[in-house]
Amino acid sequence: MSKKIADPTIPKIPVGAKFQRWFGRNLIRVYMVIAFTYLFIPVAYTFAFSFNDSGKSNLIWKGFTLNNWRNPCGAPEVCTALANSIKIGFLATFFATILGTMIAFAIGRHKFKGRSTSNLLIFLPMATPEIVLGASLLSLFLVFKINPGFWPTVIAHVMFCISFVVVTVKARIASLDPRLEQAAMDLYANEFETFRRVTLPLVAPGIAGAALLAFSLSFDDFIITNFNSGTVSTFPKFVYTAAARGIPAQANVIGSGMFFLALAIVIAGQFVNRRKAR
Amino acid sequence: MGKIRTPYLLLLPGFGFLFTFFILPILNLAQTSTQTPVRGGDTGQYEQTLRFQNYIDAFVENKEQFGRSFIYALIATVLALIISYPLAYAIAFKSGKYKNFLLVLVVAPFFTSFLLRTVAWKQILGEEGFVVPTLRNLGIISESTTLTSTSFAVVMGMTYNFLPFMTLPLYASIDRIDPRTLEASGDLYANAFTTFRKVTLPLSMPGVVAGTLLTFIPAAGDYVNAAILGSPNTKMIGNVIESRYFKIVDYPTAAALSFTLMAAILILVTVYIRKAGTEELV
Repeated sequence: MSKKIADPTIPKIPVGAKFQRWFGRNLIRVYMVIAFTYLFIPVAYTFAFSFNDSGKSNLIWKGFTLNNWRNPCGAPEVCTALANSIKIGFLATFFATILGTMIAFAIGRHKFKGRSTSNLLIFLPMATPEIVLGASLLSLFLVFKINPGFWPTVIAHVMFCISFVVVTVKARIASLDPRLEQAAMDLYANEFETFRRVTLPLVAPGIAGAALLAFSLSFDDFIITNFNSGTVSTFPKFVYTAAARGIPAQANVIGSGMFFLALAIVIAGQFVNRRKAR
Repeated sequence: MGKIRTPYLLLLPGFGFLFTFFILPILNLAQTSTQTPVRGGDTGQYEQTLRFQNYIDAFVENKEQFGRSFIYALIATVLALIISYPLAYAIAFKSGKYKNFLLVLVVAPFFTSFLLRTVAWKQILGEEGFVVPTLRNLGIISESTTLTSTSFAVVMGMTYNFLPFMTLPLYASIDRIDPRTLEASGDLYANAFTTFRKVTLPLSMPGVVAGTLLTFIPAAGDYVNAAILGSPNTKMIGNVIESRYFKIVDYPTAAALSFTLMAAILILVTVYIRKAGTEELV
């Protein structure tokens, strides 16, 4: 692509700095369009084929229909899998956010012996390939004769989400102005009141962001889930198993729905932030 | 006294959890990796015999898949870096008031399920998709060439799927660069390329290091892309570990392979951080 633009025969006249700036700006614009097209091709494909009047295997375009959107649970098992994913996602997010936020406050707000070891313990799960996390946890469950299933999956998700919560909340705590808390103390608020009325509200957006991240990580996880969920189906597992014989269009409906829902949440979040900033 | 205890009390539940469900499993995995089948026992019954030969056997038997995992992950990481760097740079410096909007656009595709996107690529690049017939009509690929079930498709899928892990840290560190340093470089008669090489790139190194690690680690252990977009000839070490666990019930080999993978990644990461941290940055 860049070759086309670099072709010297197109604009020859303004050779000076002005042209260079024009060229630079437009090259990067063209590049952005290409990059975003690449990013969105599979999303557009998934969305388009959610309207396919496909029958069982959603491989070839057979005609437009709204039936898949009217009845997203029409394909067998797909909504059971979705419901499991949502339940696991909420439970994992709840526990990981609480445990992770506590760790983030300890590391971000206190100086204590073993702080660097704590940081290492938070970093390690993120530096371990998912397949090792999944496989090792399954081995442990097998030793204790715990059958893989719903709760083992929740435990696995909490485990890998904690580190991401800690990192996100810690970053927010680090960006706080310590003078705000000092001011509260100066105004005779005790430690608990300062925390409840100053620190916590200021850290809250970070906690909310961490919870959203944890939910999306949990909802989209396949490898660790595949090891620890046994016969319990989740949405990614459903897609993986169905991939061999063709995925029903209802899965595309759910995937596209998730896409728009998440987009709406992010945009709403930005609006709230902007309002608060005013 | 209470103040000294506070951080430890805050850490206790979370670290208790991580100890039980992260450290303990890893130790248990180490323990499993040197076991051998119980003589005369059922499939899946193993006893501890401290057979370290398991590691050598597992590695020799699967060295091809090991090599493939690291080469695929390396190519995908480099490609993701090449694609992401200009994108992150453009968002940080050239997007004006659309900055937040463009950042959302980078993450947005990843709200559709990872599996669905990978399957979408399989169908787009497959025989029924529109890419293969077009390329054939144009004479770019021959009638017998396919795009899916190839290492090309696997690497492409990995590059695509791990792209935001590269773009976001790159953006974070490029966005922190003070544009005045770039102007200063220009004022000192550096051309655009020299400015990039001597100012922008060194200042964005933390993002490059973080991005490459966040892409390389999951890519090396991935087996979903290879399973969906590849063929038996593109199997990675993740596929081997998965099938050892579920199809063959050979826990010791799977454990030895997992441990070798983890060790290899940790060593590579340490060497890489040292290199990027001392030689390139100074």
